[in-house]
Amino acid sequence: MTRDDLRAAVAAGVFGSEAGHQELLRSIAEVAQAIFHAKAASIFLLDEETDELVFEAIAGEGSDSLVGTRFPSSTGIAGWVLVTRQPLVLEDVSEDPRFAKDAAESTGYVPKGIMAVPLLHGERALGVLEVLDRPARPGAALEEVELLGLFAGQAAIALDLLQAARRARAALEGSGAELETVARLAAAVDRLEDERRAAGIELLASLDALLGDESRAARPPGPLGSTP
Amino acid sequence: MSAAERTEPLPAWSLPAGAEKAIELAVQWPAEVTRDWAWGSSGGRGVRVCILDSGIEPDHPSVGPLSGAVAVVRSDDGEISIEEDEQGDLCGHGTACAGIVRALAPECELYSVRVLGAGYTGSGPVLVAGLRYAIENGYDVVNMSLSTTKRELAESLHELADLAYFQKTMLVASAHNLPVESYPWRFASVLSVGSHDRPEPLDYFYNPDPPVEFFARGVDIDVAWMEGSTLRVTGNSFATPHMTAICALVRGEHPELTPFQLKSVLYLTATNVIGSR
Repeated sequence: MTRDDLRAAVAAGVFGSEAGHQELLRSIAEVAQAIFHAKAASIFLLDEETDELVFEAIAGEGSDSLVGTRFPSSTGIAGWVLVTRQPLVLEDVSEDPRFAKDAAESTGYVPKGIMAVPLLHGERALGVLEVLDRPARPGAALEEVELLGLFAGQAAIALDLLQAARRARAALEGSGAELETVARLAAAVDRLEDERRAAGIELLASLDALLGDESRAARPPGPLGSTP
Repeated sequence: MSAAERTEPLPAWSLPAGAEKAIELAVQWPAEVTRDWAWGSSGGRGVRVCILDSGIEPDHPSVGPLSGAVAVVRSDDGEISIEEDEQGDLCGHGTACAGIVRALAPECELYSVRVLGAGYTGSGPVLVAGLRYAIENGYDVVNMSLSTTKRELAESLHELADLAYFQKTMLVASAHNLPVESYPWRFASVLSVGSHDRPEPLDYFYNPDPPVEFFARGVDIDVAWMEGSTLRVTGNSFATPHMTAICALVRGEHPELTPFQLKSVLYLTATNVIGSR
């Protein structure tokens, strides 16, 4: 068991569940939908390994069954928002037969208007947030794009956490059953409150001291003939 | 090496007495620079404009003929090459930008350098290679309705932006208002563009509070779209080709201008500066 394995196990324990992060993303999509009085909002995550965008959360029209659907990272409106790093607003896209076909195939829902913004965290582009079919507010376009940018900041942080948790879990899954116990223990202590939490941390510290002593005692001796 | 051994003279970054004639301006500027003086009826004639984007749909009715189109291609092993582009536009973005330039500067020559559309991975090196190609080819104006957040590319892009500036290629790049650093629009040698929501395509504003230097029309614009159609769009991506076209108009009338002088003309003819005189 290496130090990195242990770190991953503890991280996986305290980062929270996959369901919890997806709930957070869905909540961000729902708030974006509500603020813009839109029919739907979606969050896409970039999977850098496969170079694909993945539906992570959908609020409103469209279906939750689309969560997990993938498409190439440079196609569709979400694709070019990602590669250009530029927020975009498009109106009347349903008039465009090519777009309508693509949208219908990927979401099951053909919007008339789309606002899309890249989800940027530091130097990384993590994904795209889209708001579909908001009512027209003449004179408010620039303000709307700015507001959407604020949501994008929030969604990017949530996506970053989700990815970190997934990496920790992936490391844990590849490292055997004993680390799962460490992860469960870390999660259990993390959930405790006040005095019980303090007691839990104290217990872990005692365990660390005990195991630390044992591991020092169990350290193999130096090579034969060598002097300490 | 001693001074006597040198075969080439050192560049002399100084102006000796009596040498003023060597730096004489090709054209004397009037006391008041007006839009009529700045671009008259040039239409961007003879100006080579490059759209560094997703390609341009050939013979789109709103774009017309292209003078050239290449694609920057990255192989599976990371090798980058420049090839003749036979695919046109992969997503519509480049065609939209080209249509805006064509509408305002109808006589300019349009060239497409495709750097988008081949996936997110590898898009950074492709962008740098595309920009280098555009500068080496000496285009007069390069439209970049895109940016990158990758810090590792910043130095290459900065060097290229400065190279372009001194080789008389004006880079025009979209700013963005998200709370992260992105490039190349933040570099001083680039002309950076944000959006205003007024309907007049030749209204543009100088911003005395940079890094965004100019605001151009970026809201509710009907642009050329895939397969000969049009679409209504909003975004700095579409404000940028408005400034690109205005640069082409000025360059058409005054091909001798350096990017510094071009920026100066744009300042003097900006809607908020003309209005204040």
